[in-house]
Amino acid sequence: MAPAWLRSGKLPQLKLPSWPWRITWLYLGFVLFLPLGAISLRAAGVGPTGFWELATTPEAIATYKLSFGLALLASLINGLFGLVIAWALVRSRFPGQRLLDSLIDLPFALPTAVAGLALAAVYSSENGWLGEPLYRLFGIKVAFSAVGVGVAMVFISLPFVVRTVEPVLRSLEKEQEEASWCLGASQVQTFIRVVLPQLLPAILGGVAQGFSRAVGEYGSVVMISSNIPFVDLITPTLIIQKLEEYDIDGATVIGSVMLLFALVSLLVINLIQVWGQRYQATSSGVG
Amino acid sequence: MTFVVPDLEIYKPPSLGKGAKAPSLRSKVLGAIIPLIACLYVGLVILTPALSVVVQAFAKGVQPFLENLSSPDLLSAVKMTLLTAAIAVPANTIFGLAAATAIARKKFRGKALLLSIIDLPFSISPVVVGLMLVLLYSPNHGVFGGVINSLGWKIIFSWPGIVMATIIVTFPFMAREVIPLLEEEGWEQEEAAKTLGANDWQVFWKVTLPSVRWAALYGLILTTARALGEFGAVSVVSGNIRGETQTLPLFVEDAYKQYQTELAFGAAAVLGGVALVSMLLKFVVEQLLEQDKKAHQIKSDA
Repeated sequence: MAPAWLRSGKLPQLKLPSWPWRITWLYLGFVLFLPLGAISLRAAGVGPTGFWELATTPEAIATYKLSFGLALLASLINGLFGLVIAWALVRSRFPGQRLLDSLIDLPFALPTAVAGLALAAVYSSENGWLGEPLYRLFGIKVAFSAVGVGVAMVFISLPFVVRTVEPVLRSLEKEQEEASWCLGASQVQTFIRVVLPQLLPAILGGVAQGFSRAVGEYGSVVMISSNIPFVDLITPTLIIQKLEEYDIDGATVIGSVMLLFALVSLLVINLIQVWGQRYQATSSGVG
Repeated sequence: MTFVVPDLEIYKPPSLGKGAKAPSLRSKVLGAIIPLIACLYVGLVILTPALSVVVQAFAKGVQPFLENLSSPDLLSAVKMTLLTAAIAVPANTIFGLAAATAIARKKFRGKALLLSIIDLPFSISPVVVGLMLVLLYSPNHGVFGGVINSLGWKIIFSWPGIVMATIIVTFPFMAREVIPLLEEEGWEQEEAAKTLGANDWQVFWKVTLPSVRWAALYGLILTTARALGEFGAVSVVSGNIRGETQTLPLFVEDAYKQYQTELAFGAAAVLGGVALVSMLLKFVVEQLLEQDKKAHQIKSDA
């Protein structure tokens, strides 16, 4: 539906002055397109064969496996617990709910260096509140190992699923679930057949956002990892190591791989959002 | 309001005759278990690390904590952080408001694409943002390296690089908060102001800006909080020289690496305090935003 001013054809008179556009393009050009151009130029200069070689060195592949694997694991764990937390926030009433709600935002608000310091301290095998018992009882070393990297990724990607699922869960009509119970479905059946399909786009969107964030995360991971290649070195840290060794081409190529991943993930997240909106539109149209 | 785990022995199954709404035993247990799991998980993953910072920072009492804060390196890091925010936040505010007024009320091909482009810094790893700046401005490897050398400027490993990295990482916040609100509202008020003879600048100051004031404030809080806490992008371009190009988040990591644990936790507690204040402010502005939205709805319904 076009708004009235569009249909009445009054738009040309009301055209905004061009200076907001000028500022927008100038600023975007300076802070976004120029840096993107620089990395593309440098990556193009490496050439396709060189690019492929530098992008697939054993060291680089080991970091991809660690970064993408752990980020996927962390975002899936948060997919499950995020759903549970969103459910607790929307469908139950209990003391401390307000506090729980605000704690969820802490990983967004807390600077990543602080998060890294906190996690490194809590999960230290020597004297950490959680790390010491974990090491003593189960022999699990969390800080300065790949487990610690995973823990940091869980920490920073926790809010995403909660915050995408919460509004959708709030807007669900309870009548549908009641109808499903009246028709003889059990609660589990109702959840799987009626509730879950409606939440699915939100859950997937949240998982994808958390995954994308965890792959690119640096600050909180670098402090809890020992940053040893093939053990617990993540891709962003590898880029920094390459820069420190003045291997600019190596850093550029791996940085371009991360950049391509960021573009693809942005596309996927947008597609999931479009899908979710369409889903909501059709389901409310029927209901 | 409390939740009670039903005692299994005295629990009576609901009689089917009296309305179907009585909750089953299973749903009551489930109703208690879900919040319990949620609280345990968040307590373990988020609350415990957060508390540890507070405890470690004040482990020896308030006096040593304050002494730590007066370390000259820490104070210089605070100054650097404040300088960065003082440049990055106003610049991004101007861009955010300009982009919002330009984009929000127009329909054009590629609008969704442009919005995605503005969102891009949220998906790019901060380290890659820093890398891109190095490839652009580094005197040895940068595209503009020659120009910068001949002008005698220093961007990488100096404050301009830090400011630019911060700007890139934080510029989407403002536009993202303001655009949806402007899209929702109609053109009528601006139209009226123009008919009454206001110029574009007056329309912006007296009509557009007041109508999005809480959203803009919200964006401002998010921008500032992130600008004060940015680590990854800044660490690539700063050179991390103590007392010179170190921001507060970089100082936290550096002090921790040098085994100055108390100093690290002191600085971390300061940053944590800033984060808490930003969360509090966000909460207040969210309430104001909601009130405004309701007022708008009433107006448009009437």
